[in-house]
Amino acid sequence: MTDDRDVLRDVWFGRIPTCFVLSQDEITEREAEPYYLLLPRVSYLMLVTDKAKKHFQKVMRQEDVGEMWFEYEGVPLKWHYPIGLLFDLHASNTALPWNIIVHFKNFPETELLHCLTKDAVEAHFMSCIKEADALKHKGQVINEMQKKDHKHLWMGLQNDKFDQFWAINRKLMEYPTEEGGFRYVPFRIYQPLSDRPFIQKLFRPISSEGQPHNLGDLLKEMFPVALTSEDAEKQYQVVIHGIEPMLETPLQWLSEHLSYPDNFLHISILSVPRD
Amino acid sequence: MPSSLLWAVDVHGKVYTLSTASQYWELCRDASLEFKRLAAVKQCCWGIASDQQIYIYVHLNEVPIRYQEETFENQRWNPMDGFCDHLLPSDRWQWSDITGLKHQPLKEFKLASQHWEWESNWYVDENIGGEPTDKGGWTYAIDFPATYTKSKRWNSCVRRRRWIRYRRYKSCNTWAKIPSQNTGPLPDPFHDIAVGGWEITDEPLGHLSVWAVTVLGKVFYRENINDQNPEGSSWTEIQTVGEVVQIACGPCDLVCAVLWEGQLIMRKGLNRENPKGNSWQIIEPQNSGNGFVQVSVGVNVLWAVTRDRKMWFRRGVCSENPIGTGWICMNIEMMMVNVGLNDQVWGIGSEDRSIYFRQGVTPTEYSGKAWKVIVANRDQDRSSCASSATSLVSAGYFFGDEVRWPFQPSTSDVDFSLEMEGIAEGTENILETIERDGCPHNKDVASSCPESKCDAVTSVFENISFNDETSEKSPQPIFESTSAQSWLAGGRQALQDDAKLDDAHSGLSPVNLDLAETSSASAAAIYPFGIEEHYVTDEQSLWAWVSGGGCDIEAHTQLSWFNVQSGQTFSIQSFSSYPQQTVWRKQIVQQLIERSKREVDDFKHYEQAVEQSVWIKKGTMQWWRDGKPHKWTDVKVALEQFTGNDGKRDGIFFIYYTYNDEKKYLHLFLNEVTILVPIANEAKHSFAIYTPERTKQRWPIRLATVTEQDMYDWLAVLSLACFDSRGIHGPPSHQAIWSVTCKGDIFVSEPSPSLEATSHPMPSDQLYWRQIGGHLRMIECNNQGIVWGIGYDHTTWVYTGGHGGGFFQGLTGSTDNIYTQSDVMCVYIYENQRWNPLTGYSSRGLPTDRYMWSDASGLQECTKAHTKPPSQWTWVSDWYIDFNAPGGTDRNGWQFAADFPASYHGYKTMKDFVRRRRWARKCKTVTTGPWFEVAPIGLRDLSLIPSMSQSAGDQVALWAISTKGDVLCRMGVTKQNAMGVSWLHIGTDQPFVSVSIGTYYQVWAIAKDGSAFYRGSVSPQNSTGDCWYHIPSPSKQKLIQVSVGRTSVCAVDENGNLWFRQGISPSYPQGSVWKHVSTNVRKVSVGPLDQVWIVADKVQGSHSLSCGTVCHRLGVQPQEPIGSCWDYGIGGGWDYVTVRANSMDSSHSRVQSTPVQEPVKLPPTQNGTAGAKSIKSLVVEQHEPDGRAVKC
Repeated sequence: MTDDRDVLRDVWFGRIPTCFVLSQDEITEREAEPYYLLLPRVSYLMLVTDKAKKHFQKVMRQEDVGEMWFEYEGVPLKWHYPIGLLFDLHASNTALPWNIIVHFKNFPETELLHCLTKDAVEAHFMSCIKEADALKHKGQVINEMQKKDHKHLWMGLQNDKFDQFWAINRKLMEYPTEEGGFRYVPFRIYQPLSDRPFIQKLFRPISSEGQPHNLGDLLKEMFPVALTSEDAEKQYQVVIHGIEPMLETPLQWLSEHLSYPDNFLHISILSVPRD
Repeated sequence: MPSSLLWAVDVHGKVYTLSTASQYWELCRDASLEFKRLAAVKQCCWGIASDQQIYIYVHLNEVPIRYQEETFENQRWNPMDGFCDHLLPSDRWQWSDITGLKHQPLKEFKLASQHWEWESNWYVDENIGGEPTDKGGWTYAIDFPATYTKSKRWNSCVRRRRWIRYRRYKSCNTWAKIPSQNTGPLPDPFHDIAVGGWEITDEPLGHLSVWAVTVLGKVFYRENINDQNPEGSSWTEIQTVGEVVQIACGPCDLVCAVLWEGQLIMRKGLNRENPKGNSWQIIEPQNSGNGFVQVSVGVNVLWAVTRDRKMWFRRGVCSENPIGTGWICMNIEMMMVNVGLNDQVWGIGSEDRSIYFRQGVTPTEYSGKAWKVIVANRDQDRSSCASSATSLVSAGYFFGDEVRWPFQPSTSDVDFSLEMEGIAEGTENILETIERDGCPHNKDVASSCPESKCDAVTSVFENISFNDETSEKSPQPIFESTSAQSWLAGGRQALQDDAKLDDAHSGLSPVNLDLAETSSASAAAIYPFGIEEHYVTDEQSLWAWVSGGGCDIEAHTQLSWFNVQSGQTFSIQSFSSYPQQTVWRKQIVQQLIERSKREVDDFKHYEQAVEQSVWIKKGTMQWWRDGKPHKWTDVKVALEQFTGNDGKRDGIFFIYYTYNDEKKYLHLFLNEVTILVPIANEAKHSFAIYTPERTKQRWPIRLATVTEQDMYDWLAVLSLACFDSRGIHGPPSHQAIWSVTCKGDIFVSEPSPSLEATSHPMPSDQLYWRQIGGHLRMIECNNQGIVWGIGYDHTTWVYTGGHGGGFFQGLTGSTDNIYTQSDVMCVYIYENQRWNPLTGYSSRGLPTDRYMWSDASGLQECTKAHTKPPSQWTWVSDWYIDFNAPGGTDRNGWQFAADFPASYHGYKTMKDFVRRRRWARKCKTVTTGPWFEVAPIGLRDLSLIPSMSQSAGDQVALWAISTKGDVLCRMGVTKQNAMGVSWLHIGTDQPFVSVSIGTYYQVWAIAKDGSAFYRGSVSPQNSTGDCWYHIPSPSKQKLIQVSVGRTSVCAVDENGNLWFRQGISPSYPQGSVWKHVSTNVRKVSVGPLDQVWIVADKVQGSHSLSCGTVCHRLGVQPQEPIGSCWDYGIGGGWDYVTVRANSMDSSHSRVQSTPVQEPVKLPPTQNGTAGAKSIKSLVVEQHEPDGRAVKC
């Protein structure tokens, strides 16, 4: 039922200009130039940083190259979050390009999961999709798919092939017309510097009166502080894919169109920057 | 599909209707009477009330039911008084009917019944065959009866004029009593009624056969029921072979009655000429020993109920063999059965008095699959039901939508295979019995005392009569409702338990739910919800009679009758709130654009993290060779797509072929492709690709794939690639040019400002056309993005703003605002015969003759058995003789001619040696597209005003012609609500065929007689105008279509001439004379810039000749509205084009783009002569036209 190809394309082709800088701690044979890339918002760091890795490895000795990880302003970047989410969460409202520091040693064991191959990303990505489908369709759609369809989803994401990905993903976005939406909307609400990683609960796209829920309804339930009362000054920004959808936007539509490829709506709630 | 109604009567005699779109039974608007029988069709419902009288309930329609009364005033000339009322004794009456035989003075016209009212007074018709008469309306002749002319000559001795007056049926949406007869045999009180027969003839329009049975067992037929006369005129008694208790009538020629003795008799000899039939035939009884008590028939089915409440299905019933071949017993007990439209079946259960619907009835399986009970609530239950829903909601629970159905009677979903087993056993038994006893039961029936039989039958009928108070209080329902309550208690218990579970979940605040948890949560969410409402609020409805004759359901129709749902359902009807037009979506799109500016635009020089590779799709196809010999050649194809440095995607399409063992290829740059169009070709799944060059040649690249799916896949892939290379996104603009091919495919093109430039306009062969899903015959639009279309079956559709559907499935197009669309059309074949002295006309032709069964041209053999519907279409009827073939037919459908091929006429003369008749068969397609049905009135033509106002709330004028020729005005059409609200009928004295409204509210229309009419005083304030001004057609030509732009008016006649109306000025809007512009024109569309576009026949290209080509008139200027010559665009194979949305004036942009250049001064035209000289008719060559593009 996902339909709005124009929006889907814009979401998919979102890019973040990034400047990779090698960490000062790394020992290099000669000075490492920064490396500039346009990163797809919907992808994962480990999938799109091969070029940067090669670039920096050229100036390093083989024995100094450990597992690569990234840091932004002292925060290790979680590779299992989509790039757009990482940027929105940690770097929105800052000047572009996004300056990411590349590390090859001192892996922050307590904060990051290891990711030795892209298979780890694939496993994580597929498990997210399955979880999302469990919420949307009790997992029926993803389970009825063939292995090769799963592969298409992954390859589509990995190779930035919109059509390949959506040819399969649209099935995950279908729902019975008479029900008006998914069973539950797969969403996660994030806050920078929060103790808990994110908020995730069961929430239906349609109210029990049959009215469609909107983004505001979701926040009212999950994160009421984010809603600004009418007269008060805005405290929080609610950001998905670098934009702030209106609170009146129907949740079902958001889920169909503004979910990341892992089929989750990743919503960042940020404090409004003061000057 | 528009909603339609199922009618039913409950045991109290209250009439209810259930809409196919609803879940609630609604009490009939006029609830003053109690009924016992109903027989519904789409437009009305007939019923027998408790006073044993017959009533009719006619649905209020936006087009009123009008009956035209006419009479002629005749006069003769004499030297004394001139023309006067003194006629010769041998003459006709002074006031007579058209033949002169019947005396008809004005004052003797009386209203047919109290349900009619006069619309106006008598007035004189001042139109004779399309020509206006002089004031007074007199037409002259030498003598009665003769041909009349409008002009008086020296020898005109007699004259006559026609007076007309309309009466209007006023008793709509109410039960109107059929007046009892004042002449002839007066029927007794009525007992049963059946309505059908609307497919048996279309002459007169809206014919219905109404059969009624009286208490004494006599059968009556109601004469003269049609659209103009819903009540009919009188009852005719039909002789029967015994006393009848009940009668049934199908849509076609099945009429069946039940005799007191329990036998079924089928009416024979029904046909177009004689819808009453001529005799009865007894259907062999089933052998259970129980006689029949009730029967119902459809087109190809017969269902009946026996005295022991068993339901029987008659196998093999059809028009050729109405008595069928054998009985099948259904394993369910019913009180009555009713067959509705599409042979769908309803019944009332004998135990629970619920209404059951037979699921799975299809043309391949008329007996259906399973009985399903209808559990819709009645509307008075609605309030209480809603309140119970809210109370549950306020408790804070979620409810699953899955509804469990604990009280489904065991019979309701009986597997058909089980039934079939039972039948098999049954028939074996029957066979045995027959062998042993000879013919046992028939004798029994005949010999037993008729009195007791009668009693038995009446008792059955008493049971279901309307005032059956006892059954309501019978122990059965009470038991059911108590058990319901006890179950309900259990349900609530379960509900609370589950709710706790749910609470527990929400108690765990931020958790990362894993899969297991999620699924357990979902299990908890399944509540048997909704059913309790049904039982708590009211006792179950007990039904006495059901009629589905007006209820249009097909196998794929989704119904919400079978479970009671909680709360309000999501209405898909609310299409007018396009997501595209909502504020939140606009804001998202806007923000995404800003995001891209912020994050991408300044950094385009950055390297892409993921490289875009070249993408290739390969396949094998067949290619219609360009060079001679033209034939299908196997080729390999490849689509290569790549991303340019600017990030734009482009592609090349390669066709690799071998010629003389030499490998060669052909390539197409996708940015040069102007259209990809599916070809109507029965033998191959093929499509054509055009470029501007190939359009000039009239010779596209034609490719065929092995499977249909393959073709649509390629079409989708290639179309997307073309969109990419041309940067096309989203729905068409409000200026778009829409067109329809002869296959019914819809194409749209974006005009550029230079298209209508006076100097160096963009050639129309460069327009890029993209396909939009759906199937239409014609399409009209205006410059506010409002688009309406009409299907082959005259269904009206409004554009929803989407841009996918058809073969753009899933993500290849958008599915936003895409709905299911269906269309029905006829496939025609011809039966040809030659006369010989021995046997008269026979199917033995000369060796040189055409096939005895052929297509229209006679070149292709087309037999009934082997003719297939076009791909994506399925048959929905059987072959039938088409009596409406152009040229007319005799009473058997034959058309005569001296020889093949020749012009045919509908009567035999001495010189005719061959004859043919046209057979038609209906087929249907179901597709998808951005179209929403505007029910219920079918249209023939429509026109939208090219609007100058851009304010969204303003009313947009839309005029239309209904299939019956009524002129209609759509009310409430705005930019926001393109569908509008309702139709307003504009009276005319004859049927109309075409209408168009210009920018300044100039409404022009064409009547059936070929003359034009101008509607006076139409304005935004007076949207319907005041009266029609008659404008004669060009001499000896019958106009068929008109189009009005800003000031220009163009019309097309039936011989393909294009006419321009000259002399139009604000003070004289009707103009003075028709000026010939061109020949070989099929359709014209005049736009808001007065631009003229046509669909033309016989356009010569450098390679081939095409039919149905879109052409653009060049040189159209305010001083030169006729223009100078044609520019040839896409085609052939096109049927319709409309440019009425393109108000993009070129002058503005041209001045801006070339400010330095001196504007090109065109030489002033010499008045008159230049225009005439430059009129260049389209190429006329005596080739057989070859509609290459779409027709192959």
